[in-house]
Amino acid sequence: MAMTISEKILAKHAGKPQVQPDELVEVRVDFALGNDITAPLAIEAFRLAGAKHVFDRERIALVPDHFTPNKDIASAMQVQVLREFAREQNLKYFFEVGRVGVEHALLPEMGLVLPGDVIIGADSHTCTYGALGAFATGVGSTDLAAAMMSGRVWFRVPHTMKFVYRGKLKAWVGGKDLILYTIGQIGVDGARYQAMELTGEVIDALPMADRLTMSNMAIEAGAKVGIIPPDKTTEEYVKGRAQRPYEFYQSDADATYAAVYDWDVSSFEPMVALPHSPGNVRPVTELPDITVHQVVIGSCTNGRLEDLRDAARVLKGKKVAPHVRCLVIPATQDIYRKAMDEGLFQIFLDAEAAISTPTCGPCLGGHMGILAAGERAVATTNRNFVGRMGHPESEVYLSNPAVAAASAVAGKIIHPGNV
Amino acid sequence: MQIRGKAWKFGDDVDTDAIIPARYLNTSDSKILAAHCMEDADPEFASKVGTGDIIVAGKNFGCGSSREHAPIAIKAAGVGCVIAQSFARIFYRNAFNMGLPILECSEAVAAIATGDEVEVNLDEGLIINVTSGRTYQAQAVPPFMQKLLQAGGLMPYVREQMIQGGHKF
Repeated sequence: MAMTISEKILAKHAGKPQVQPDELVEVRVDFALGNDITAPLAIEAFRLAGAKHVFDRERIALVPDHFTPNKDIASAMQVQVLREFAREQNLKYFFEVGRVGVEHALLPEMGLVLPGDVIIGADSHTCTYGALGAFATGVGSTDLAAAMMSGRVWFRVPHTMKFVYRGKLKAWVGGKDLILYTIGQIGVDGARYQAMELTGEVIDALPMADRLTMSNMAIEAGAKVGIIPPDKTTEEYVKGRAQRPYEFYQSDADATYAAVYDWDVSSFEPMVALPHSPGNVRPVTELPDITVHQVVIGSCTNGRLEDLRDAARVLKGKKVAPHVRCLVIPATQDIYRKAMDEGLFQIFLDAEAAISTPTCGPCLGGHMGILAAGERAVATTNRNFVGRMGHPESEVYLSNPAVAAASAVAGKIIHPGNV
Repeated sequence: MQIRGKAWKFGDDVDTDAIIPARYLNTSDSKILAAHCMEDADPEFASKVGTGDIIVAGKNFGCGSSREHAPIAIKAAGVGCVIAQSFARIFYRNAFNMGLPILECSEAVAAIATGDEVEVNLDEGLIINVTSGRTYQAQAVPPFMQKLLQAGGLMPYVREQMIQGGHKF
């Protein structure tokens, strides 16, 4: 029987020749992760269940990235739970500040999550690794605890929706704009419980950074996974990083899809998601004047080196508008170093933007850039729910890094071509 | 399992940041989480809600983050059950894992208003709007899932099962 990539990966990990949508399967987990918010509950559940040892000390990562560097005593205590557990279990992958990065940028960069893997993470944006051709999905802390004990997890095999992107992208349009458009079209529950398969000539030509951005936001359409067929770009990204063997899976030509969307994206402009939903999407060219108080360039969605380069291209020789705060947050230490070595920091500093150490920080309203009542931010992050970046009466607009940088310069949301 | 209380109605796409804002996630203390439950959707919710009350919401309830703190906050606030048109995938799983009963029923959601007295029978999947006298049918919660809910979630349930099987902790 013909199968999709997701079905093939799940079948392989369930030890079955094939699986079908809606079937319940128990699968082997290649890698599991938690962060400083979710892992303390998982560790508590692990102990409650009477577990003594994790299934594999090299296949679990604890990444304290959300409230780090620890913003207060309570968050320091949470990280301490992770640290002590990592020591007790002799976990290979626990990261202190100075080495830690935003989890979904860090783990692919380190070659710890790989094509063909089944990956679960107690963080909804675990679906990011679909960009590598992995079946990766977010779970709660209890499911993480069970996987840390057994190395296994049960799933209902999702139906797959196929998205075909055709044409050629205009300047300043990339993965962020494609995924925002997609969520705008199908809605924030448009892919609920389903696998999204992102394909077409535009995806084939898309760099890995943009692919990771797209898969990252699959959860914003309710999807279980946002998977991209692995290819040469995948191979180039993974080789030299991979810490384990990996495998490429491709959907059969006659695989069954629950729905197929086919879009020519040649005329697309950069997209912006307006408050308070990632599905409230409009082209930047159709927006009225919207003044901004803060710009955030970073996160697991858009905090990679390519994203910082896009922002720097716009900011070069310019200044952030008076009364605007522009925060640049490289997602990992490696990205931080490379951005510095390439001279991007010089551009950011000359533009009077602030450069932060890697953290999720403001994306979830944690710290390092919180909004007051009535304030408005443009952010390259993934969610703009009520209160997401601070006060319940603040607003977040989601965009790509170039639009965010342009908006920092103009003090209002604009197309990067108009700076 | 029977649950009875007052209905609190919410709309579509209630996200986990509305259920429990991330600014309170530097703890997993259920009392603190409960005090801020639904804060950004209704700042007075935590002080108004009574034990056994029922949240009634539209489609895609619990969308967004994977935080298990969301069902923990709802349950610790005293809510006995959530009835929605549909649930986001991760929240659905987390709710059972945390021992929070949930039911899907579009007809009940459409007909129930805030303040209505509602009774839920999980064995039969029956939702009774005591105020209007009307009854709605959701899918029944199977017996093993009810045991899991009664135990307080997946891990306490697994632990009970293991102890019954002779395992010593």
